[in-house]
Amino acid sequence: MTQTGPFRLSSGGRLIDRAYPLPFRFDGRQLRGLRGDTLASALLANGQMLMGRSFKYHRPRGPIASGAEEPNALLGLGHGGRFEPNQRATTTPLVGGMATTSQNCWPSLTADVGAVNSWLYRFFPAGFYYKTFMWPRGFWKHVFEPVIRRSAGLGKAPTEADPDTYEQAYAHVDLVVVGGGIAGLTAALDAAKSGKSVWVLEQTPHFGGRTPTDHADGQARVDALIAELRAMPNVNLRRNTMATGLYDHGYLLAREALADHDPNAGIPRQRLWRIRAGHVVVASGALERPLSFAGNDVPGVMLASAVRDFIGDYGVAPGRRIVVVTNNDDAYRTALAALDAGLEVPVILDARSSAGGALPEAARARGIRVLTDAAIAGIKGGQSVEAVKLCAHSGSGEVTETIEADCVAMSGGWSPVVHLWSHCGGKLNWSDTQSMFAPDPNRPPTGADGKAMASCVGAASGDLLVADATGAAAESAIMPVWVMPTHATRKMKFKMFLDFQNDVKVSDVELAAQEGYHSVEHTKRYTTLGMATDQGKVSNINGLAVLSGALNQPIPATGTTTFRPPYTPLTLGTIAAEARGELFQPLRKTPMHGWHQAKGAYWEPVGHWRRPYCYPQGAESHAEAVAREIRAVRASVGTLDASTLGKIVVKGPDAGKFLDMMYTGMMSTLPVGKCRYGLICNENGFLIDDGVAARLSEDTWLVHTTTGGADRMHGHFEDWLQCEWWDWQVYTANVTEQWAQIAVVGPKARVLLERLGGMDLSAEALPFMGWAEGEIAGIPARVYRISFSGELSFEVAVPANRGLELWEKLHEAGADLNITPYGTEAMHIMRAEKGFIMIGDETDGTVIPQDLGMSWAISKKKEDYIGKRAQQRSHMTDPDRWKLVGLESLDGRMLPDGVYAVAEGVNGNGQRNVQGRVTSTYISPTLDKPIAMGLVRHGPERMGEVLEFPVAGQESYKARICDPVFYDKEGSRANG
Amino acid sequence: MAEALARISQIDDLGMIQIRADLGRAGDAIAEAAGLALPGQGRVTTDGSRILGWMSPDELLLVLPRAEAAQALAALQDALSTEHALVLDVSDMRAAFRIQGDKALHVLMKLCPADLASMPQDGLRRTRAAQAACGIWREPGGYVLIGFRSVADYLRGLLQGAALPGSQLDPR
Amino acid sequence: MLTLTCPCCGVAAEETELHAGGEAHLKRFGPGSSDAEFEGYLFARKNPRGVHFERWRHAYGCGKWFLAARCTATLQVFATYSAQTPYPPAEVVAAIRAARPDWQPDWTETPTTPAESPNA
Ligand SMILES: [Zn+2]
Repeated sequence: MTQTGPFRLSSGGRLIDRAYPLPFRFDGRQLRGLRGDTLASALLANGQMLMGRSFKYHRPRGPIASGAEEPNALLGLGHGGRFEPNQRATTTPLVGGMATTSQNCWPSLTADVGAVNSWLYRFFPAGFYYKTFMWPRGFWKHVFEPVIRRSAGLGKAPTEADPDTYEQAYAHVDLVVVGGGIAGLTAALDAAKSGKSVWVLEQTPHFGGRTPTDHADGQARVDALIAELRAMPNVNLRRNTMATGLYDHGYLLAREALADHDPNAGIPRQRLWRIRAGHVVVASGALERPLSFAGNDVPGVMLASAVRDFIGDYGVAPGRRIVVVTNNDDAYRTALAALDAGLEVPVILDARSSAGGALPEAARARGIRVLTDAAIAGIKGGQSVEAVKLCAHSGSGEVTETIEADCVAMSGGWSPVVHLWSHCGGKLNWSDTQSMFAPDPNRPPTGADGKAMASCVGAASGDLLVADATGAAAESAIMPVWVMPTHATRKMKFKMFLDFQNDVKVSDVELAAQEGYHSVEHTKRYTTLGMATDQGKVSNINGLAVLSGALNQPIPATGTTTFRPPYTPLTLGTIAAEARGELFQPLRKTPMHGWHQAKGAYWEPVGHWRRPYCYPQGAESHAEAVAREIRAVRASVGTLDASTLGKIVVKGPDAGKFLDMMYTGMMSTLPVGKCRYGLICNENGFLIDDGVAARLSEDTWLVHTTTGGADRMHGHFEDWLQCEWWDWQVYTANVTEQWAQIAVVGPKARVLLERLGGMDLSAEALPFMGWAEGEIAGIPARVYRISFSGELSFEVAVPANRGLELWEKLHEAGADLNITPYGTEAMHIMRAEKGFIMIGDETDGTVIPQDLGMSWAISKKKEDYIGKRAQQRSHMTDPDRWKLVGLESLDGRMLPDGVYAVAEGVNGNGQRNVQGRVTSTYISPTLDKPIAMGLVRHGPERMGEVLEFPVAGQESYKARICDPVFYDKEGSRANG
Repeated sequence: MAEALARISQIDDLGMIQIRADLGRAGDAIAEAAGLALPGQGRVTTDGSRILGWMSPDELLLVLPRAEAAQALAALQDALSTEHALVLDVSDMRAAFRIQGDKALHVLMKLCPADLASMPQDGLRRTRAAQAACGIWREPGGYVLIGFRSVADYLRGLLQGAALPGSQLDPR
Repeated sequence: MLTLTCPCCGVAAEETELHAGGEAHLKRFGPGSSDAEFEGYLFARKNPRGVHFERWRHAYGCGKWFLAARCTATLQVFATYSAQTPYPPAEVVAAIRAARPDWQPDWTETPTTPAESPNA
C-alpha cells in the first residue's frame, strides 16, 4: 500500500480502512492517508516525522505521543474563517481534502530562520522573560524585542469570522463515566445494572482505550462490554466527547465533536454538554512519561506507547529500526509489537539493574538484545534520529556504544490522568513504589451533600494493568528515573527536554531551584514549564521530580501544580454557542419596533432594549435629525415610544406604607387619580431610580421606573417585601410589557388626541399630574398627564398588542400638524433644557437626591425610608458636597461630557485639585446654544462664577455657573 | 435534508391572567372562578382548553383562549374582591411557542438548564432559555414555552436554531 | 457552579437561574441608630471560611428569595430555608451540626420558628 505512504505497514492497523484512501495537503504538498487515520498517523505513513517547531528555540519537532497529551505536532487546519491553529495532529481525524500547515516556521518547516534562537540558548535561560525586562532599555529594544516578536505567539489566530455553528446542551445524569476504556466500561455496566442513568464519555472515536492494543484478547473483551451496554436503555455511550472540566456540585463540561472539519455536514461543528452529574467516575486512564536524556526532543524520539499505537492502530511504522528505552516492563510491549510488524528492534535499554518479568522474558525469547542498567547518552541527528549513543544508567554518560536507529521508543512510567479528580479539590498521594501521583480515595472532591462527587477506576486510580478486566499478568516494579543517566553532566542536561513545546529543559528547572524558586507554582511560571498547550500533561511530573531532586526533597514535599480546566483547549465557539449574531443577546423590542425600523430609526441600546435614538431623514446627520425632532415637538407635536419604561403594580392594604419606604417622598397621601414624581434610593442613600407613580385605586399604585430599572426595581421591591417586611400585605407585579406607552408631546398634543376621540382630555378633566382611564380611538387606554420635556404632554398606555395601531392612528391624524416621531436623544436634550435630571447622567451611584437640589422630593415628615439613615451620615451632610447647577459655556463651544472643573492647588499626587464635573452637555436646538449641567462644590451658592475645565490638547473650556433650568423657567408650557 | 427536530410555532390567541393571593385561603375561590382545580406546587391543571399553572407559592397563571380572558378576569376579581389579592390581565406581555415533535425535548435541552426530562407530566417549570426567562409545560405531542413579548424574536430564533435538522442529541 | 433547591417551589436550580444576595440575617438599622450600628449594618460582613448563611433569589424561577446555609470552603449545602426568619431555624442548625459538630451558632437569641407570612 505504498499509495498511502512509504511507512504504511503491509498489514495491521485496527482503526484504518485500507479500502478508503483520503487525499490531503500538508504545507501545500499533496499526500494520501486512509479513512481511520489521524492526521499524525497519515503524516507518519508518508514519512513526515517533522511536524512543527518549538516555541522558543524553533527546534524541529515530531509527535511524541499518539493522543490528547501531544505537545509538538500542532498544526494549522483549514482556510479563512475555518482556519484553526494549534490543532493536535494526534487527535484530529483525517478528513479527505483537508488542508494543513505547519506552524512557527519561516520560510519553511525544514529551513527555519528562527532556529537561530537555538544557537542563543544560553541567552534564553529559565526566567528569560523576567530577567530581560531588567536589562538596559536599548538592548531590549534593538536586540531582543525583534527576536521575541518573531517567536512569540503559537500559531496564528484566524482573522475571519468562524462560519461554523456550535451549540450547547444540558443533561442531568445519575452517573457519568469519563473514559470509555475497559475500566470505564466495566464501571458503567456495574452502575447501569442498578438502574441508574449512566453516560460514558469517550474522547476518541473508539471505545476500549489501550486494551485492544495492549492485550491479546482485548478487543473481544471490549466488544462484549459494549454490546451489553448498548442493550441497556439507561446507558448513553458518547464517542468524540471530551470531558474538559469537573466543577462545583457535579457540574461537568464535555465537548462533543459532531462535524469537526466536515463543514458540509450541515450540523453544529461541536456541542458543549453542561452536565449535572450525580456522580462522576473518572476512568481517564494514564499518560506515559518521557525520559529525560540528552537529545530526547529529536524527531523520532517518541513515547513507547505512541510507537505501538501507530503500529497497531494505524499500521504505520514510526521508524524501521526502533530502540526501546525504559524503566518499566510495559515498554517491552512496544518492542514485541514492532517485531510483530516486521520492524527491527536492535536493543532494549532498561535502566533497571535487572529485568526479569514475563514481558522482558518474552522479548529475550524473541531474540531481542536487552541491556540492563542501560541508558541513552545522546542522540545523533538533528531533524531525525540517526543513531543512539548508549551508556550505563548508573554512570555519568560515558558512551559505550553507538547503535544506528531511526526511532526511539521511550517510557519513563505512567501517570494517572487525575485532572477531573483534581479540578474540584480531589487530593493525590505519591506512591514511591509506582512512582506516580494517584488519587487518594479518602480525600475526594465533594459535592453539595458533602460526600464524594467523583471516584477513580482503572489506570486513573493508579491501577495501571486493570488486571481484573484485562486479564493482564503482573509486571515487575518500575524504577524511578528522572534524569538519564543518573550522574548526567551539566552539558547533557542542557539537551534534556521536559516541556517540549516551551523548550524547558532539566537545566532550566535546576537553575530555577538554584535561584531560589522552591515552590512548584513559582517554578512553573518562572521557567514556563507546563505552560504549553498540553498544560503539563507530558512535562509536569518529570519537571517537579527534577525540582525535588534539585531541592533535595521528596517529591510529595514539592507537590503538583494546580490542575485547571479545560483538560484540552476548547474552541471559543462552543463557549459562545448560539450567542452570536442575532442571538448574541436577547434584543428587546417594543410593539412599535417594526415601525421605527421601517422609518430608518438609528438605534440606541438601553439595557437589552433597542430604542430609536433619532429618525434621520435623507442625508440628515443624527444631530440634525435630533434638532429637527426637538423643534417639531416644541412647535407642534411629537411622539416618543415610552413602552420601555418600567411599570410595576403595587397593591394591598399596606401598599401606601410600603411605597413610603421605597420612595424618598410621600406616596401614601397621593389621591386616587393623581400622579407623583418620586425618587428611589438604596440603603446607602444613593439615588438609584426615579419615575412617576400613579394611584389607581385606594389600595393600588402603578409606579413607573426608568427603562433600565424595571427588573431591578421590581427585584428591589420584592427583596424588601419578602426579606424584611414579610408581614406587610402587598403584592407587586411587573407589567412593563403588558402596555405600549406613547408620549404625545407638544403644544398640539391635546388637539391631536382629541381628533382620535373617546376621552375628555381637557385641562379641567385631566389636569397636569393627573391620570384617567377610558378609550382613545376605540382602544382601551390609560392616559397620564406628565411631562419630561416641559411641553404639554400625555403619556398614553394601551395594551401592548394595540400599541402599533394607536401609534399609526396618531401619525395619520397628525399629518397636518407635522407630527414627528422623536427619539431618546431629543428626549434627553429636552429634559436637559428643563433642568430635569437623568438617572445615569446626573447620578453615578454616589449621588444623593440632596446633591441634585431635590430636597423637595424628600419627605421631611417620614420617620424612615430606604436611604434616609444613610443620608444623615456626616459625609452625606457635608456642605462641601458637589451640587447640581447649570453651566453656560463662555465661548459657544459645547463642554465635553464628564470633564472636571479645576480648583486652586494640587493634591498629594501633584494633580490639580478639582471642584466639579460636567454630568450632561448638549447643544440646545431650542435655545441655539450649548447647555450643560454639572455637580459643583457649593455650586448653588456660586451663581455667575466662571469655572475652568482643562482638556488635554485643547484650550481650556470656561463656563459660568447658572440655574439648571434653561427653558421655560416658569413652567407654563406644560399647561398647554 | 432531514426534518427539524421539532416544529416551532408561535401561539397568538392565548389569554393570560396573573393571580397573586394566599393560595391556602383563597384557593377554593380561585379554582371555582377559573373553572379548574388548584394545581399543586410546580404543576398545572387543565381541562384541555384552559390551564391553571402554579408559578410561586402565592402566584398562579391562568392560560385560556384570549376571547375568554375578559370574562375570566372579571370572575376572578369578583371572587377575590374580599381578599388581599392581585388579579391582572397579562395577555399582552407574553409570547408563547409550541414545540411539537419526537425530539421537542432535545430542542429545550439545548437551551434550558432545567431537568425537563424528569419534569412530571403535569409539571410547569420556570427557567431560562439561553438568556431569557421562560416557563414550560407539556401538551400532547410536545411542549409550550412562554416568555416575554419583547424577546419573542429572540426566543423564536433560539428555538428554530436548536431544532436544526440532524442535530438531535442522541449518541452517534 | 452551585445547585440549590429553592424551598419556595421545590426546584433544584443551578446558579445561573439564581441571583445571589449576600449575607443573610442582617438586622436593619434605620433612622435613630448610632453611627456604629449603621456602619455594621451597611458594611460589616462576616465572610467566614466555613459555615455561612446567605440570601439567594430564584430569579429565573418562582421569583422568591430564600436562604442557604452553606460551607464556603467545601460548598457543602447544609440546608435551604425560608427567608422569613430572623435566625436560622432549629432544623437548619441541626443539619449544620450533623456535618460540622464543632460549629457553634454565633447569635445569642433563641431561634424562632418562621414567622407567619401572608405570602407564605
Ligand atoms: Zn423557587
